[in-house]
Amino acid sequence: MQVLDATHGRDILEELVEVIVDNRQYLSDVDGAIGDGDHGINMAKGFRLCGESIAGQSLSLSKALGTLATTLMGSIGGSMGPLYGSLFMGMAKSVKDKTVLDAKDFGDMLADGREALEQISDAKVGDKCLLDTLVPAIERYRDAVEGGDDFPHALQALRNGAQYGRDSTFDLEAKIGRAARLGERSCGHLDAGAVSCCLLLSRLADSTEHRLEKAAA
Amino acid sequence: MQRIINDPDNVVDDAIKGYLRASPSLFAATDHSRVLKYPSSPSDKVGVVTGGGSGHEPAFLGYIGAGMCDAVAIGEIFSSPTADAFLEAFRAAPHGQGVACLYGNYAGDNMNVKMAKQMAELEDIEVKTVIARDDVASAPASERDKRRGVAGEVMMWKIGGAAAARGDSLDEVIRLAQKAVDACSSIGIGLSSCTIPANGKPNFSIEPGHMELGIGHHGEPGIEVAPLTSAEAIATAMCDPVLADQDFAGSEVAVLISGLGATPVMELNILYAHIAERLEDANIRVHRTDIGNYFTSLEMMGATLTLMKLDDELKPLLDAPARSLAITQC
Repeated sequence: MQVLDATHGRDILEELVEVIVDNRQYLSDVDGAIGDGDHGINMAKGFRLCGESIAGQSLSLSKALGTLATTLMGSIGGSMGPLYGSLFMGMAKSVKDKTVLDAKDFGDMLADGREALEQISDAKVGDKCLLDTLVPAIERYRDAVEGGDDFPHALQALRNGAQYGRDSTFDLEAKIGRAARLGERSCGHLDAGAVSCCLLLSRLADSTEHRLEKAAA
Repeated sequence: MQRIINDPDNVVDDAIKGYLRASPSLFAATDHSRVLKYPSSPSDKVGVVTGGGSGHEPAFLGYIGAGMCDAVAIGEIFSSPTADAFLEAFRAAPHGQGVACLYGNYAGDNMNVKMAKQMAELEDIEVKTVIARDDVASAPASERDKRRGVAGEVMMWKIGGAAAARGDSLDEVIRLAQKAVDACSSIGIGLSSCTIPANGKPNFSIEPGHMELGIGHHGEPGIEVAPLTSAEAIATAMCDPVLADQDFAGSEVAVLISGLGATPVMELNILYAHIAERLEDANIRVHRTDIGNYFTSLEMMGATLTLMKLDDELKPLLDAPARSLAITQC
């Protein structure tokens, strides 16, 4: 059985920071079509600050996720600060006492993140928001694990679900956020939050997969 | 963009510097760069805090002062302040008797206030909230919990601030602020869009020669887009949904007409003359009227109408002394 060493979290977090900072302009462009056009600016600001505060430190996965959560909550504001902040805080709490994560622990971490997010927001699947990515990604991951897939295959299911979810927002009419103003005109565009969530989950899957090791007997 | 700015990404911080320099008797810095407080709040009263995105000046900072709010959390333009900022505002306000956080119904503000309130509990600061939901165009009366807060927030701060200033308990301040906002029905009309400097392009569009009835403070969609008409017809279009929202007939009201940023105050008075006629026709007595830029949306053209139903409890609080940038009365 393969597991992820949860005592080292900084490397994984640095890769999450990288994917958001690298996509700053792309995320703002996606947002600009139907929203304020500041999603990439705000996300990159929060993730860069997190990158600066974890640089050179030895952190567990839980500590690193917790730092990301508090940085996002403290620096972004708006809706994205609390939404992503809650998601990562829920994940951080979920793995607080773990030294290794197996495939099920990893799925529980994602589910706990989702639960924390849903505690502060009434947003739901179909609203054209980041939950449209998060929920199918988590569900496909869970189905894969429950169906007996190994960790790498479950991570592939996570990536597939995230991409499916991201793409599902293209045809949706926005129910929340600034894009809701456009009504039907918000159709035909991806949701920026769903896109950033897909980038993050896909990179998390990649980073995790590269670090999987055989569990000690 | 024809704007007096430096780096478009720094407009909020740059503006805060101006407020601090211009009005040191009203504004003091705190441990958080996005929180200002009234430097002379008595420490033994209930704290009154608000906050929200920037771009609505004089809201929210303009309502800091004596008989008004004690501290304000400041967000990016049209974007909620962080939970950290709300928490620091709770700390910066008098909080020994608890803090009344009076703000508007927007998703980001709701989430950040909720988190800040939980953090404040860990520091034994008791926070209770009133969420303004006075915009009649944003949802029907049967779904009032979905309505957005607009200029009725000004009435909520005035009433809550006055109650706190005379020494009311936290529960009483909350009850009265809630009563104030429940007594308010508001509607906006937009004649043009607005541009967030960091974006550099209009947030939405209203075609020249058109107006949008029921538009929100950030350009949220209204009830209908119609050809721009006379001030008299606009007054009727705004009064109808407001008068239908509550039974105002026979009662006394306070009227607040706020420009959205780029409409000359002269035009607000033209509009009000017709609104006053409509209120008279509906057998509504006007106790007081305030006209000016009280709650704006950057450089949007347009106005909001807020009608507040008064009673013997609200009236003295509304008329109580206050000193702030936006409202000063003896």
